[in-house]
Amino acid sequence: MGTVTTMRQLTMSQAINEALREEMRRQPNLILLGQDIGAYGGTFGVYRGLFDEFGPERVRDGPLCESATVGFAIGAAINGMRSVVELEFMDFVTVAMDQIVNQAAKMHYFFGGQIKVPLVIRTAIVSRMGMGSQHSQSLEAWFIHVPGLKVAIPSNAYDAKGLMKTALRDTNPILFIENVKLYSTKCDVPEEEYSVPFGRARVMREGSDVTVVAISAMVPESLAAAEKLGAQNISVEVIDPRTLNPLDVETIAQSVRKTGRVIITHDAAKTGGVAAEISQRIMEEAFDYLNAPIVRVAGLDVPVPSGALHPMVVPNQQRVIEAVLKMLGR
Amino acid sequence: MASGTTIDVAQSLSHEMLRHWYEQMQTIRYFEEQVIEFFAKGLISGSTHPCIGQEGIAVGACAALEPSDLILATYRGHGECLAKGADPKKLMAEILSRATGCCKGKGGSMHLCDVSHGVLGTNAVVAAHIPISGGVALACQTRKTGQVTACFFGDGASCEGEFFETLNMASLWKLPLVLVCENNEYAISVHVSKSQATPNIADRAQGVGMRNQVVEGNDVLAVYAAMRAAVEHAREGRGPTFLECKTVRWERHSTFSAGRYENAEAAQKWRKVDPIPRFKSHLLTVGISEGALEERAERARATVAAAAEFALSSPPVSPDAILEDVYEP
Repeated sequence: MGTVTTMRQLTMSQAINEALREEMRRQPNLILLGQDIGAYGGTFGVYRGLFDEFGPERVRDGPLCESATVGFAIGAAINGMRSVVELEFMDFVTVAMDQIVNQAAKMHYFFGGQIKVPLVIRTAIVSRMGMGSQHSQSLEAWFIHVPGLKVAIPSNAYDAKGLMKTALRDTNPILFIENVKLYSTKCDVPEEEYSVPFGRARVMREGSDVTVVAISAMVPESLAAAEKLGAQNISVEVIDPRTLNPLDVETIAQSVRKTGRVIITHDAAKTGGVAAEISQRIMEEAFDYLNAPIVRVAGLDVPVPSGALHPMVVPNQQRVIEAVLKMLGR
Repeated sequence: MASGTTIDVAQSLSHEMLRHWYEQMQTIRYFEEQVIEFFAKGLISGSTHPCIGQEGIAVGACAALEPSDLILATYRGHGECLAKGADPKKLMAEILSRATGCCKGKGGSMHLCDVSHGVLGTNAVVAAHIPISGGVALACQTRKTGQVTACFFGDGASCEGEFFETLNMASLWKLPLVLVCENNEYAISVHVSKSQATPNIADRAQGVGMRNQVVEGNDVLAVYAAMRAAVEHAREGRGPTFLECKTVRWERHSTFSAGRYENAEAAQKWRKVDPIPRFKSHLLTVGISEGALEERAERARATVAAAAEFALSSPPVSPDAILEDVYEP
């Protein structure tokens, strides 16, 4: 490439914070809306320090009302601002569903392109903390079903910063799905400016026997599984789609043409999950290359129970290992 | 507001302005009658919600706004779009799903928009545009544009959660916003006596310390006077106002659903309080001639006829255009 890149280790939380900070410095009309986002720094601390730098007008604490908060963010976005809303747990998107689905997603279309909605809704999956059925859902599949929305779901600090930079320069409504389990995970992030485009999957680990398409927290779980399987001479390719809409089907299909076997894994309940859509797209693009039926390693079709019970429902690396071994007849 | 005060308002305004308002109200009335006729002929798919009988609110409120001010309205919003200056031809073409419509034919009767005239959209989900209007006003405040935002909605919207949420936030942040509630007494069939806990919806605003006023909505002059004070208040940075404009709905909810009234008399009540003849009698009182008003009514008919002709002669939306505008490139 010719340019020297200076790397340092950042957590995913720090990386998202840095993307926001950089873009708030660049874009004076960028505002943050939500509750506990001011001096407190956000429920999970992602906004730490932003209030001190940008003040209460741009890092605006407000009342607890997800629906009107998203509505306000849309209103500001269609009138010359760029808005970012924090919905602290993904489960709470339900309260703001009309604004996301009927308003933000459709306005550009039904107003004939006159209205732009530069809006990022940040929310976090909290499926692995034992907080019970109302704080543990992975609802990403709902949103890929809505034309007009884009959906990003990074699994590491590098991608999170790069995707957030792209999101903050896009002029469409974007659901940006983070994961509390991943906030403290670290990786190399360049000091220099960079961005990660939407619609480009990332091959996290190359392999030749089985393709594992993993989403959010299942990416590190699948990488750990691939590492262990490697010790048994099983070569697993792990792909992170990074954005679900747009979805990079071609990178996944290419991998399937190579391996002939694919497992798709996510925390979300299996029925109607994103894996079903990815599976169908693989069959449309690479059916003739499949040597085995596509397998889903997903959450069980039950509400996520509280406390220490959640690992019985949410998948993990062991379930990926078992699925790979079964697929290979070992 | 007492009628004496209304005449005072009329006398304080130029005759040209008053004649213009009369023409605007007539334009809205003829426009809606034309829409109803097109629907009956099968030229409009879906539904459309006429604002017949509520013209005084649209015209009186928009007259108090500057061209650069912003409005959001509901699916019963043809009147506000026209009163704010949107092109009747493009509106009619939109309602008939033509490519020349203000939203390229994809919005239809319930999703109208004309950014160039400050119409930031009409909305088909009851109350959903209320918090959006709050955000529009927040952007004006943050960017210090000096603009005022007006949000029009019905009595039904005042029972939705987002209405209460927005009242709280708008008052808390002293937003340059005027909330204009058009209380036309009916949902599709349910009367406000069965849906509202208080006789005046404006009472809700008191709970969040918001300036509020109950207005005779069938009197365009009373609406104008109340709106003007509200707009001044907002523009001076003193915060939002809630105006409850009491009016009466036309005889049906929409062209699609008849709605239901308790009896035939209730269905015809709007005719007894019709804002157009009421305004006309005010204008005759202040010395505007019958002939001058007939001339304006004739111009209104011609405007609507030209809009209808434009819409009917416009091309349909192409299959390619259906796929456009899902995302901003």
